[in-house]
Amino acid sequence: MSNGSAVARNPNDAPRASSDARLSVEQVSYAYSANPAQAPLFTLEATSFQAKPGEIVAILGPNASGKSTLLKLIAGELAPLSGRILLDGFVTQSLTPRTRAQRIAVVQQESVLLFPARVWEFVLQGRHSHGRSLRFESADDVLIARNALAQVGAAALSGRWMDQISGGEKQRVILARALAQQPLLLLLDEPTLHLDIAAQVGLLDALRRLAAENRYTVVVVTHELNLAAEYADQVVLMQRGRCLRVGPPASIYQRELLEQVFQTSLAVEFGASGRPRVTVLSGT
Amino acid sequence: MRPLTIQRVFLQCSILVVILFVVVVIALKFGAVPVSLYALGHDLLRVIFGQTSQISSDYGLIVVNIRLPRILLGIIVGACLSVAGASFQALLRNPLADPYVLGVSSGAALGSILALIAEPHLSLSPAFAALLTPMGAFFGAAATITAVYFLGRREGQIDSNTLLLGGVITASFLSAVIMFLMNTLSGNLRGLAFWLEGDLSTPLQKSVYWFLSIGFFVAAGAIYTTAADLNLLLAGEKEAMHLGVDVPRVRLVVYVAASFLTGLAVSVSGAVGYVGLIVPHVMRLIFGSDHRTLLPTAALGGAIAVVGADTLARTVVAPAELAVGAVTAIVGAPLFIYLLRKRLS
Repeated sequence: MSNGSAVARNPNDAPRASSDARLSVEQVSYAYSANPAQAPLFTLEATSFQAKPGEIVAILGPNASGKSTLLKLIAGELAPLSGRILLDGFVTQSLTPRTRAQRIAVVQQESVLLFPARVWEFVLQGRHSHGRSLRFESADDVLIARNALAQVGAAALSGRWMDQISGGEKQRVILARALAQQPLLLLLDEPTLHLDIAAQVGLLDALRRLAAENRYTVVVVTHELNLAAEYADQVVLMQRGRCLRVGPPASIYQRELLEQVFQTSLAVEFGASGRPRVTVLSGT
Repeated sequence: MRPLTIQRVFLQCSILVVILFVVVVIALKFGAVPVSLYALGHDLLRVIFGQTSQISSDYGLIVVNIRLPRILLGIIVGACLSVAGASFQALLRNPLADPYVLGVSSGAALGSILALIAEPHLSLSPAFAALLTPMGAFFGAAATITAVYFLGRREGQIDSNTLLLGGVITASFLSAVIMFLMNTLSGNLRGLAFWLEGDLSTPLQKSVYWFLSIGFFVAAGAIYTTAADLNLLLAGEKEAMHLGVDVPRVRLVVYVAASFLTGLAVSVSGAVGYVGLIVPHVMRLIFGSDHRTLLPTAALGGAIAVVGADTLARTVVAPAELAVGAVTAIVGAPLFIYLLRKRLS
């Protein structure tokens, strides 16, 4: 606490980026153990990064690097062992579920329904945190849900049943529900995992456009090097529970570094756009 | 997009209220002694205007003193069990959850019996003693659902099939304990069949009806405040949390209130089976799965189902009677198998 107030009193002490940052992850660590008496099975070492409105951050790393744990910490699903996560100056961990859902939307990979629901009913669920506990959706809620569907190009799906649309369509509908929450921060865990290449590009193009239009801060967990290179403004590179580097793709994508993290031979080229492109060299 | 409105909920409920009224009239009319509709209307008006002393005919007395209380009891029991069933289905994310199938009814029955056994030794005031059975039923129900919940967990997650199996085994175990208690302890405890198959024929004091009605409205009202949360909880606890549901609070409210509703129903009628399974399913088919309309329509549908089943139980083998639980089980058990097979395929 004393640290935070000192920063507030003397803005010169704080790095320039923090003043206009929306999301600020400060020295956050975590340890998971099945049994408190034993050594932890998994640890996340102190990790820090910041993100501005409209920015896309990719948390990149191989399996078991701690990237999903970092996302769960940001989502408030897990409590950090040390450090803190601020969203517009509020500690996310201390927000109530309702206020947190008004500010942070988590886009799931899958949503399993027990009983059939229409697409529009599903998207309206995103409005839940904006109403009282027992309430019926207002005309505004319907309008916001309809806009959210239109923003992901799924307006035509509105009347369809959730279990009768394709995987790519479903992913966009799940994204629309998150948009209906009107969040400040959008979190996605491997959103392209089950999608074909056209649907992957479609989803990420939509994300980039939405981040720019609505000034969302977007945090995406992925192990897809090229999608992160193409779409992210910042990359947080993770390996075995450690945050190795934070920065724009051009500064992170160095052949030796990526080869060491991903344990395979790679080639990195820089295209005309200035964004790096990675090729996996098989059989070497 | 046509989101649910409060007007639509009222409309759906009014339709069911009309059906319930028709079923109640039929239930009043039919029985071992048939009563004409004219005489029925006449006597009912007298009851409504408080002129019960003017009811002279024996038929009228049968209707007012025997059938009407039994129908009221059926309404409350059906409403309690259906709302409890719909709540357990959402809480456990299992469309086949039902107080009877999960053994919660048996737990409540055992709790009631233990309370009946303990009562003479406690020297309580009569008013408090009357509440001891429902309280015993509530604690029995709450303890059983807790046990079944932990039996149904595998690797920290609720597993639907393990949960159902755990419930069925628990029900069978608790029934055996009930049989053991009833056979070893003689006394003026109500008969064995009452607790195991469900029966509405026991006359009750007027104060018990009040207690049941108020208890139902308080518990069902508490569950209804979480109706919108339950819709999201169906997608899983993590997803519900991300959408803004205070999961631990909702879980606690629904768990306590649904156990209480089961306890209420079982303490006065024994274990009437499958109502909490069939009725919410039928209501979902007709009105959709939104809990803001499912909970009230299930309450009314449960009342219709139990009053209807009890009328059948009273008339099909007249002048003898079946237990209402036998009728609901004959309809409910095959439907349970059908739903189970449909889900597994």
